[in-house]
Amino acid sequence: MTDIPIGAVTTEEDRATADQWTARIRRRAEAAFPPKQLLPDRQPAFMASWIYVFGVLTLVSLTWVIVTGCILAIMGPSWWHVSSTGHFVNSLHLWSVECFFFFMVIHLWGKFFMAAWRGKRRLTWATGVVSFLVSVAAAFTGYLTQQNFDSQWISTQAKDGINSTGAGAFWNVLNFGQMLMWHIVLLPIGVTIIAGLHILMVRRRGIVPPFDVSPKKAPAPEVTTSTGEAAA
Amino acid sequence: MFFGVLLGALINLNGSGHYIHWGFIQISVANLTVILLMIVVFVVAILIPFPKRKEGDRE
Amino acid sequence: MSADRAKRRRFNPDRDAHEWKGAYLPYDIVKEGFVALLAVAVLIVLLAVVFSSPDEPAITLKSWSIADPVDFAQTAISELDGTSATATYGPPYNTTPDAAQHMGFFEPEQWFGVHQPVDTAQDFVIGPLRTLPNQPATQAALNLYQSAPAAQQSAWTTAYEKAVANATAVHGRLRVPAGRYGPVGVIIGSLTAMAQTGGLDGTLLSEGQFYNTNYTKPLLFLADGTYLANKAQAQHLAGDQWGMMNETGNYPGQAWLWLYTMWYQVAPMNTSSNGDLEVWVIMMVLSLALIFLPFIPVLRSIPRWTHVYRLIWRRHYRELSLS
Repeated sequence: MTDIPIGAVTTEEDRATADQWTARIRRRAEAAFPPKQLLPDRQPAFMASWIYVFGVLTLVSLTWVIVTGCILAIMGPSWWHVSSTGHFVNSLHLWSVECFFFFMVIHLWGKFFMAAWRGKRRLTWATGVVSFLVSVAAAFTGYLTQQNFDSQWISTQAKDGINSTGAGAFWNVLNFGQMLMWHIVLLPIGVTIIAGLHILMVRRRGIVPPFDVSPKKAPAPEVTTSTGEAAA
Repeated sequence: MFFGVLLGALINLNGSGHYIHWGFIQISVANLTVILLMIVVFVVAILIPFPKRKEGDRE
Repeated sequence: MSADRAKRRRFNPDRDAHEWKGAYLPYDIVKEGFVALLAVAVLIVLLAVVFSSPDEPAITLKSWSIADPVDFAQTAISELDGTSATATYGPPYNTTPDAAQHMGFFEPEQWFGVHQPVDTAQDFVIGPLRTLPNQPATQAALNLYQSAPAAQQSAWTTAYEKAVANATAVHGRLRVPAGRYGPVGVIIGSLTAMAQTGGLDGTLLSEGQFYNTNYTKPLLFLADGTYLANKAQAQHLAGDQWGMMNETGNYPGQAWLWLYTMWYQVAPMNTSSNGDLEVWVIMMVLSLALIFLPFIPVLRSIPRWTHVYRLIWRRHYRELSLS
């Protein structure tokens, strides 16, 4: 019996709904991300280094950034100036951001030295870099909305850089209300979506295989543009 | 009282900062520490052996 | 046809990969994620307990005008006569000619234009003073100033600038030597007194509304003086001190901004009047280069040349050589 591709239209029911947007999207999603590929219980044997944990460390740090940010949001942006509990939550938020960037940059270094863009993984690389850049913007708006001396200095200095690009005409770093809403709504959504795409790309292609060292011992060369091998 | 101690800083990083001047580079001791720590962690992560996995391993 | 061409395309080790056809071993990624979540939580709590976080209180126009009324008055006169940094900024605040940063024909600041309009004389001096009730001397001075021809106004403000350079503060009160500055002495004196009561902070922020969250005007006024800048300089936060990376006190700052701030320390950006735009362009180019690194020859070969991967995948290569 031949293998039936995941998402193929097979039953009478499937054929009846074949043209539906819903059915088409579901079939494409199933084909791109079979469940065992989305949540694999196996990884290639060459994955044998602690450098591989820095992606998940970055992700969990982001989780704590968001959780602590939500707690700050419950009580409002001035809370941490008037409450020692609030100040502690602010400290958790600051250090989770420091951890987030710490782990993310080490993850970047590791992926660079693995040339992790190889084998049609360029979009994985690109979404990773864009995640970094959007995260820098998100952190920047956080510093702007602390409502203290730091915010005053950072905003009055950064305005020159941003104004020089023309973006200052509508993205006003001196406008606390605007910057706060970018910080707690728009940029977290952006970071989450881009990081989510990045992780989906990793699942789709699998982790990048090692460089060939000795072609004689490696599998017979096959110029391939195929997608990454799915977990067995 | 314990919670109050928990919420205050054990090490006070406020006050005047310490900076290193090296040619045209000026960097705070704090930032330099973070950067050096990142390099150390990166090197250690690559060098420390990863636990061996075997087929049939139950995790 | 294109599939065949793709198959015939020469293998480039820096772009392509021989997909893994070897063994897969069990690995519990959800458990790994959960362990990481707990480990990082412990780390963050430890860091927060040990180091806390900085919170230098904001300065206000009130605290500034009390601590340094002379600097406040010098800034105020520059707002009135249109010579302050904000008054001469150009877009997005006003239309000062040739003020916008540019690189050759590339002048985005000018193209986007004025969208955060600020008239420093009206918004920072005259407008706030006009809101004060029961101040006949101040209102008379404002009437005299506003009804005078431009040349007269300029003569008064120039004379006041010279005088206030030798001003002193006695118990927080401004003492400006006598001079032929007409009503300007009363105007700036009233504004300083208004600031010292806290009234100017509220008036500049509210802009006549009850609710407001846009601090553009009070921040621009603060930044035009030297009080804010001196405090920042003392904390190593100034642009020429790599300040963008730094945090107050001994806290780590934003180390990830090292490359952005580095360009501000080197020629020609460090002395250029277009330095901000030049640095932004450099950083945009470098950011795009990082995004498109997989397409850039030589740069994308560095991982293969530097052999760090041999350490990362040493177990794989050892097993390969044994098999």
